[in-house]
Amino acid sequence: MMQVQGALLSRGRLHLQHGPIDLVIGVDGARDIAFDGAETRLNTVLAELMNEIDLLRLCDGPAPKGAVARKMWEAAQAHEGFVTPMAGVAGAVAETVLDAMLHTADVKRAYVNNGGDIALHLSGDATFNVAMAGLGGAALGKITLDAQSKVRGIATSGQGGRSLSFGIAESVTVLAETASVADVAATLIAGAVDLSNHRSIRRVSAQDIREDADLGSREVVVSVGELNVQEIDRALQNGVQRARHMQSQGLIQAASLHLRGQSRQIELNSEKVLEHA
Amino acid sequence: MIETARVKPEKIRCDACPVMCFIAEGKAGACDRYANHAGELVRLDPLTVIERGAPAVAFLDQGENAQDWDGDILQGKRTFVTAVGAGTTYPDYKPAPFIVSQEVDGADMVTVVTEGIYSYCGVKVKIDTDRFIGHERAVVRVKGEAIGHVMTSEYGSKMLSLGGVEHLTGSTKAEGRVTCDALMNLCNREAVTLQVDDGAEVVVQAGHAPIINDVREKLMRVGCGSAAIGMFAKQWEPHVDEVIVVDDHITGVLTEHEAGKQLDMRPSGIKIQGRRSTPGRYFQVAEPGTGWGGTDVEDPLTILKPADAKKAWAGLRLLMVSTTGEQWAYYELDEDLVPQPAEISETLRISADRIAENCEPSLCSVLFMGGAGGSLRAGVTENPVRLTRSVKDALTYVSCGGAEAYVWPGGGITVMVDVMEMPTNSFGYVPTPALVAPIEFTMRREDYDALGGHMEHIKDVSSVLTSEVRKVEPVATQPDPHQAQRNKREGRG
Repeated sequence: MMQVQGALLSRGRLHLQHGPIDLVIGVDGARDIAFDGAETRLNTVLAELMNEIDLLRLCDGPAPKGAVARKMWEAAQAHEGFVTPMAGVAGAVAETVLDAMLHTADVKRAYVNNGGDIALHLSGDATFNVAMAGLGGAALGKITLDAQSKVRGIATSGQGGRSLSFGIAESVTVLAETASVADVAATLIAGAVDLSNHRSIRRVSAQDIREDADLGSREVVVSVGELNVQEIDRALQNGVQRARHMQSQGLIQAASLHLRGQSRQIELNSEKVLEHA
Repeated sequence: MIETARVKPEKIRCDACPVMCFIAEGKAGACDRYANHAGELVRLDPLTVIERGAPAVAFLDQGENAQDWDGDILQGKRTFVTAVGAGTTYPDYKPAPFIVSQEVDGADMVTVVTEGIYSYCGVKVKIDTDRFIGHERAVVRVKGEAIGHVMTSEYGSKMLSLGGVEHLTGSTKAEGRVTCDALMNLCNREAVTLQVDDGAEVVVQAGHAPIINDVREKLMRVGCGSAAIGMFAKQWEPHVDEVIVVDDHITGVLTEHEAGKQLDMRPSGIKIQGRRSTPGRYFQVAEPGTGWGGTDVEDPLTILKPADAKKAWAGLRLLMVSTTGEQWAYYELDEDLVPQPAEISETLRISADRIAENCEPSLCSVLFMGGAGGSLRAGVTENPVRLTRSVKDALTYVSCGGAEAYVWPGGGITVMVDVMEMPTNSFGYVPTPALVAPIEFTMRREDYDALGGHMEHIKDVSSVLTSEVRKVEPVATQPDPHQAQRNKREGRG
């Protein structure tokens, strides 16, 4: 069986890959020790997850035992409706690897980017710049986070991603206190950006695409045809409603929803809105 | 209708990582790195890089291909990452699997490396032979399935057009599969046996001589019969009274030909079959075939008509030779002006040999042709048409497995490339059926940014040079893609 593969990228970043996981890691501080810590931790992550994979594919199942699985489960449990812990897997892995680095090394600023789901560490006067780009390459907005902000997790979900989605959002970016929480929230908000029974939206059963998926026979979106301005507005409004509900529960700090050139920003809990670039 | 039980193909379990994916036939696992190929777990081909600056060792750290490698990691040598083994991303809007950057002579260069899945693709085959392989437009078959057709005859060669979307996906499943298989084998430089309707059986292998009806072709003709006369008239004139160069296209008759006249040769009175084009040049002296000079002639005397008694004379020395010099016969006319086989003089025999000497070895050339104008471009940029424009504006250099690709004028990115210039086994297939072929786009970093490239996915070249990478030597005839891009960009406009 393949072990974790590591390679240094330009500007001192580390790329770690194991099975379907690809992480890009940046560290300001004791970089080498931190990188060692990250690699060591990632070594067992997949095996830990696979130990409890059946539980992780259940909606409202019992709590799993592994640390990574637990983060996923907790992030999913906070929400109503159908959601499995798998919705937060990318964020939870990023968070876990970040934590491992912080335990082994003195680090001022660090991030673990797991395919767009990012776990952050900020201390002192360190800042982190986030820029969002749409599928068309357009800059959608940017924000600078500092250590005073509560945000330590950033996640993006939507049709551009690798995962299956119930909705039609091109992308939904969420800022939250942890990456796993942000990941699950982004997945659900992106899934809520939708129009029911619309002829331009083609859906198929999730298991027809990926048999191992946790979504069973639920229908996921495979393509989106023409939508008029009112329909785009309505779809986004459905997502905004879901996001506002998460707001009232204090689950997310901010969200930015994008579909066909239209955007909706949700500014919550005194977090700065993502300013338009 | 007969009900046939559907046999669901076996899934296999991948044990490459703890996810242990069950992978269905023709699909890849969650990681896109391992796939089920006809029930076998395969690592998608190792990424291939071309190493410049020093001799490299071919290297493939796997199974039967395991080779000695001294562990030398590219010490300061310039490397070009080819798309061979890069894999592909699906759906297409995902960034290409490898977008690598490196500084080359002070400029930051980006190469977007992907393996394209081409259902619009085929090969153009050039077969150096005069022998008849089939009429223009005749269907070319493999295992009874139509995979293409005979195109034009070129100077000394026959052309085939094989593949294309109508054979791959536009007809029956069997035809598609056989076509895909034949194209892949031809592109990977393997031998493929083709049957031409009402024509010959031809074994084609890139870089090798064709085998036509079990006979391996040796030489490509030096020219048509008339051209051969022009080239060798002066050498023949002192030793012979008449020479006929037998050719399916234009058969030449020396004394009647302008070349013979200018040497003041006496008209021989030898008359041949066929339709006279201009003096000394005859069309259709026989049927096309696999005999002399691409005709069906086995005995050259069959194309002669009785000699003109007013002009011919007893003892006239007649040489008959094919356009490749491989066949020749020498005669002298008897008292009744009938050619009789005779002993050829040493000097004349040497002149026949000289024709053969001037012929180039007969080869089969296989050019892959495919359209990268479709959605593949989205893996390069989020605004696909900009890539097309960038290629047309010569800002972006297109290569296939590191070999320079000819980009057709007009819309889209339709490329053509000689498979002999590419690394071996550069091609694969997907069950669609469609061919998988490597393609690389090389440009300056700022140009990549300007066309809406996936800047955030750019990796440093050092990061892809893992121990699993297969290293190959550059092909001597091929330019360094980095340098070629630079020349093209600077020379444009």
